[in-house]
Parts: sequence; structure tokens; C-alpha cells
Amino acid sequence: MSAPLAGRQARAGLVLALPSVVLVLVFFFGPVLYGLWLSLTDFDLYAIADPTSVRFVGLGNYSNALGSADFWNALKVTLWYALVGAPVSVIVSLAAALLVDAGATRAKPFFRAVYFAPVVTTLVAVAIVWRYLYQPQYGLVNALLVKFGIPRIDWLGNPHWALPAILVLAVWKNFGYNMLIFIAGLQNVPKELHEAAQLDGANAWQRFWHVTLPALAPVSLFVSVTTAINYFQLFAEPYVMTQGGPLRSTTSLVLLMYEQGFRWWRLGYAAALAFLLFALILAATVVQLRLQAKRKPA
Amino acid sequence: MRRRALRALLACALAAGATLISGCGDSGPKGPVTLRMWAMGREGEVVGELVHDFERENPDIHVHVQQIPWSAAHEKLLTAHVGGSLPDLGQLGNSWISEFGALRALEPLDRMLAESGLGRDAYFGGIWDTNVLEGTAYGVPWYVDTRVLFYRKDLLRRAGYDTMPTTWAEWKKCLEDLKRTYGAKHWPVFLPTNEWMSPVVFGMQAGSPLLADDGTRGAFEGPEFRRSFTWLLDLYREGLAPAIGFNEIANKYQEMERGTIAMMITGPWELGEFARRLPDSLQNAWSTAPLPGPDGPGVSFAGGSSLVVFKGSRNPRSAWKLIEFLSRPEQQVRFWRLTGDLPARRESWADTALTADARTRAFGEQLARTVPCPMVPEWEEIATRVWEQTDRAVRGAATPDSALATLDRTVDRLLEKRRWLAARRAAKATGS
Repeated sequence: MSAPLAGRQARAGLVLALPSVVLVLVFFFGPVLYGLWLSLTDFDLYAIADPTSVRFVGLGNYSNALGSADFWNALKVTLWYALVGAPVSVIVSLAAALLVDAGATRAKPFFRAVYFAPVVTTLVAVAIVWRYLYQPQYGLVNALLVKFGIPRIDWLGNPHWALPAILVLAVWKNFGYNMLIFIAGLQNVPKELHEAAQLDGANAWQRFWHVTLPALAPVSLFVSVTTAINYFQLFAEPYVMTQGGPLRSTTSLVLLMYEQGFRWWRLGYAAALAFLLFALILAATVVQLRLQAKRKPA
Repeated sequence: MRRRALRALLACALAAGATLISGCGDSGPKGPVTLRMWAMGREGEVVGELVHDFERENPDIHVHVQQIPWSAAHEKLLTAHVGGSLPDLGQLGNSWISEFGALRALEPLDRMLAESGLGRDAYFGGIWDTNVLEGTAYGVPWYVDTRVLFYRKDLLRRAGYDTMPTTWAEWKKCLEDLKRTYGAKHWPVFLPTNEWMSPVVFGMQAGSPLLADDGTRGAFEGPEFRRSFTWLLDLYREGLAPAIGFNEIANKYQEMERGTIAMMITGPWELGEFARRLPDSLQNAWSTAPLPGPDGPGVSFAGGSSLVVFKGSRNPRSAWKLIEFLSRPEQQVRFWRLTGDLPARRESWADTALTADARTRAFGEQLARTVPCPMVPEWEEIATRVWEQTDRAVRGAATPDSALATLDRTVDRLLEKRRWLAARRAAKATGS
């Protein structure tokens, strides 16, 4: 009696799921598999004019990438973005969330909107404003430095300062999104726990450390994983601000991939870079999940 | 008999119809034609003014000019080619011609050139050659770009030089004299280490082909390039040129003004910049001169932009008409007034305004001695490798020999596909 019903239900479920399954297969797995195949060939400029000039090169693109100084440089830059940019971004988001959450009730929506505004502003417009800020002669940042007696810095022109300058911009641009998630998380922290801790004589810092933070753990996990993934894929900020320069000091892996793929039209090589980046992000995410899982029982 | 007459009539009508169709595919009497044209940067901003006159001359052709920023031009063109949405005609940096030729994105122009009576003799030879791939012209030079010396006349005069020397040996002597006159904190010539210009141009001057075997291998270890490379490195080693790049010099105009730099090698756009940025007191103190060479006036590189008709254009004839219009000597001079871009046609240089100015005249002289960069799609990337290795040698991170060996190795790797394609072509030729 129940078996045919279950079968019918399963069938109905399958039919209902089919459109999205097909879409995912065609528009996600299809391109991914094609990309994988591409990464094993030397598809390039000449192949666009004459498809018969594509050659299967096995892992050649991968070994080329691992042997090229540009790749390692981009990897180093990407790790800077991910290992410095992502944690800073998470900390800033959390701090902003705490501030907004603790503020006067009436000001809350205002600050939420203000901090969220950069997230929804077009990056190109943002870049124009920030280029003014970073302008070496007349920029606001250097004007402040000079006021405090610090010599001017050519923020975007100096290979040592360009990367931090881009990081600051990226953090400012993106922290609002995570802040919203943290605010939602903060509102779910049970009030009783805070009251109980207060009764036990815990001060504000202790309450933050022992009540708020543990309660936020699932939210923090989500935020840090997604943020890290985003920073591993940082592209638009260096692309519009410095085009990866000076001296490639801000070229991330995705920017390198873009250059190889769409500037030099070396699509096979670019696809290989994409899969290397995929492996890197996967490894980083697994490590993060492991670390968080280990921390939980303690 | 009647039947035959009928058939003849029919054939006539068909032929007439065919000519009518082929005629109205273009500037025929049937309906106006809309041309799409892409132009970059400043050229894109002002070309509209010239196009306006063209439209007045050709009321049946309407031209839609789209302006493209230089920074995005290359990607946009490639993407448009792959997506089949290239315009009818456009401006193309002449170092990109070989690339778009390899992509088969350009319409060959030989027939239309012959009909218009235009050809190599009307242009500066070196510049013309950048538009020719395997004997076929794919573009017409629009404006030209080359590099000459910009220098402080007054500083040179005080060191005992009334004119710029024309040979390497004399030029170096002049640099040494400048160094002696002005001291250690002064640099006779600024040759940025993060730019391919100086190593490549000096290599060309020494007669290096830069690439060997029909553009399939690096020729940087060859005796010509080695000679120029050592010569260039000596300039840095002896303190005649500072071993720094663009990023390490805050403001080169300021350094020229202070006299910490006495000369630099750069392009026509600096004529305007120098006039604008140097103070009034120095406006009579700077000049330009053609580059010195190993033994007598040297060559410089042939740059600039060309006008091309893209393959797949439905109105190649109308597009050509516009190119023809923009190539008229008087339009070229007008364009020069609007942009400062130097005309590609020799005839335009007969205009007194162009030759009246001694600083512009140096460019005219130099343009008669230009050599194109290697015509391979990979050139832009190769050029980057050239300065990277030069930079290493200048900073002492590599010996000259090992820098050149690394350079050839890297370039050979970049050109591997070209070697394979050439071998395949050769095999096909012998096989058939």
C-alpha cells in the first residue's frame, strides 16, 4: 500500500526537481567539465582562428604554472589577501556589529544602512573616490599624514604600499555584509545568558568572551569561511585600482587568470590556474572546518 | 530565334540585377549605410569631428563612432571578435595587427589600396611595414609614434655641446661630460629599467632581429643584441643613467626642471606635456633630437595606430571610403592639430606648421628611420620579459650572460606554439 505511494511521491519529487537538476547539470557541471578539459589542452589565440591547432597537453599547463614565477607571486599576493584581508574583514564586521547592536535603538537602522552602503555601491564609482583619497600629492590620506609630520606615501604607485592600500579598500567595501549577518546572530544570543553572567559578576569583556562569542560560533564559522573564499577570489579591487601593478605587487590569482585568459587569450592555461585556485580554496576551507570542529568540544 | 533573344534579355537583366545588388551592398543609391567604427582614448573623442565632414561629403553613409578606453581596448576587441560583434572598421594599435591577423579578424586591403593609389611610398616605410603580414596589407597607418631624445639644451651647452651627438661613442662621451660637469647627484639620461623601450630600441639599432627563425625563437643571445645590451648596462654601471624605474621617480618633469635629469627617451605626447609642465623660464631651454646610433643616426621603433576594416563587415567599401578620407593629408594635419598625434602620411609633413617647429621636426627626421617590432602576436608579452631580464641585469641579480640566456629560454617557451604551427604547415606543404 505504502510502497506505490512512496514510488509515486518519489516520481513526483523527481519531476519537480528535474528542471533545477538539468539547469545545474547544463550550466554548472557542463562548464566545469569543459573547463577541466580546456585545462588539459593548449587552447590559445591560434585555436580561435583554427580549432585544429588545439593540442592535448596533459598536465603541461599545471606544471608550467607551478614552474612560473608569476604564479608564485600571484599565490603570495592571494595569500596576503586571504590570510590578512579576510580575518581583518571579519574582525571589523564583528566590531561594527557590536557597535551598531549596542547603540541607541533609534540610531540602529541609520548605522546599519551607512555601513552597508559600500557593499551595494558600484566598485568602479568607489574606485574613483578612493583613487582621489590615495592620490600622492593632493589626496586626503596623505594630507592627514603630512599634518602628523609623516612623509607622503605613493599608495598605489609604490610596490610595498599598494597591497595594503587595496586591502583597506576591500575591507571597507565588504565588511557591511558580514556585519549584517553578525547583527542577526547577536540578536539570537539569549538575553538570559547575559543576565545570568551579570549576576555571577562577569564584566562586559568577560561576558563578550564567554557568552557572546561562543553563541556566535556558528555564525562566525559561516562568515569566516565565506569571507576567506571571497578574498581568495579577490579580483575587481586590484583590477580597477592598479591593474595588478606596480610590479605585479597586487596581482591576485584570479587577476592573473583573467590576464592569461582574456588578455593573452591563453584559455587552456587560464583554466588550469582556475583549477589550482579551486584546489587551494577547497584545502583552506577543509582546514577551517577542521579547526572550528576541534574548538567546539573544548 | 525569339527564344534566344529572350534568354539574352534575361541574362542581361540578371547581370544588371547582380551589379545592382553588389552595388547597393555598399554606397549604391539604395538607402543609407550605417558604419560602426571603434576608436580609442583621445582619438575616439575627437575623430567625430572629422567623421562629421565625411558624412557631409557622403550623405548616404552614416557613421557611428564608439569610443573605447585604451585600457580595455585589447580585451574588448578580442571578445568582440569571438562573439562576432566587431564593428565595420576601427583603430588598431599597430603592434596588434599581427595578432588580429592571426585571428583572421582583418579584411585584406591590397585591392582597395591599389584602386585608391595608396601604398608604401605614401607613408614612412618602417611604419607601413607594421601593417603587412606575409605580403598582404591589413591596415593603413593613421598616426605614428616613435621615440626620440628630449633634452635640456642649456645643460648640454654648458657641458660644451651645441647639438646632440649622433653616434653611440660621441653620445656616451657627452653623457660623461655632463656627469663630470654636474656631479654625482645628476643623471645625464633617464632610461627607466621597467620599460622595454631602451633595451629593444638599442638592440634594433645594433641590427638585432630580436626574434629569429621567422619569429619562432628569441635572438637575444645573438652578437647584435649582446653588443647593445652590454652597451646599455655600461650606461647604468658608470652612473650615466640611474638604475631606477618609473615608480621610483616621483615626477620626471620636476627632475628635468631641476636638471637632475638632462635627457630622456620618450614619445610625441611629451611635446605637449613638456610645454605644459616645465616652467616658462625653461620653455626655450628644452629640445628634441633623433636618437644616436652605433655609427651615425640610429633607428627607433615604429609605433602608432592603424585603421583597419574588420572581417565580416557588410560594408567594406564604405568603410574603406572613410579610411581613405581620414588618410587625406589635410585631414591628417587636422587630426594632428586636434590630438597632437603625428601624421603617418609623408605628404602631410609638407605642411609648414608641422615642420616649422624644430621639436616636431626631430620626430619627422626619426620617422624616416624606424624599424617595426617583431610581428608576432606574442610580442607584447615578450617585450615585458625583455625589460624584466634587463632590470635583473641592471640590479645585479643576474649576470648579463645569464639574463640573456634566461630571456631566450623564456621567449622560446612563449613561441613554442608558433614553431609547432610552422612545422605543421611545412609538413602539410611537403605532404600535398
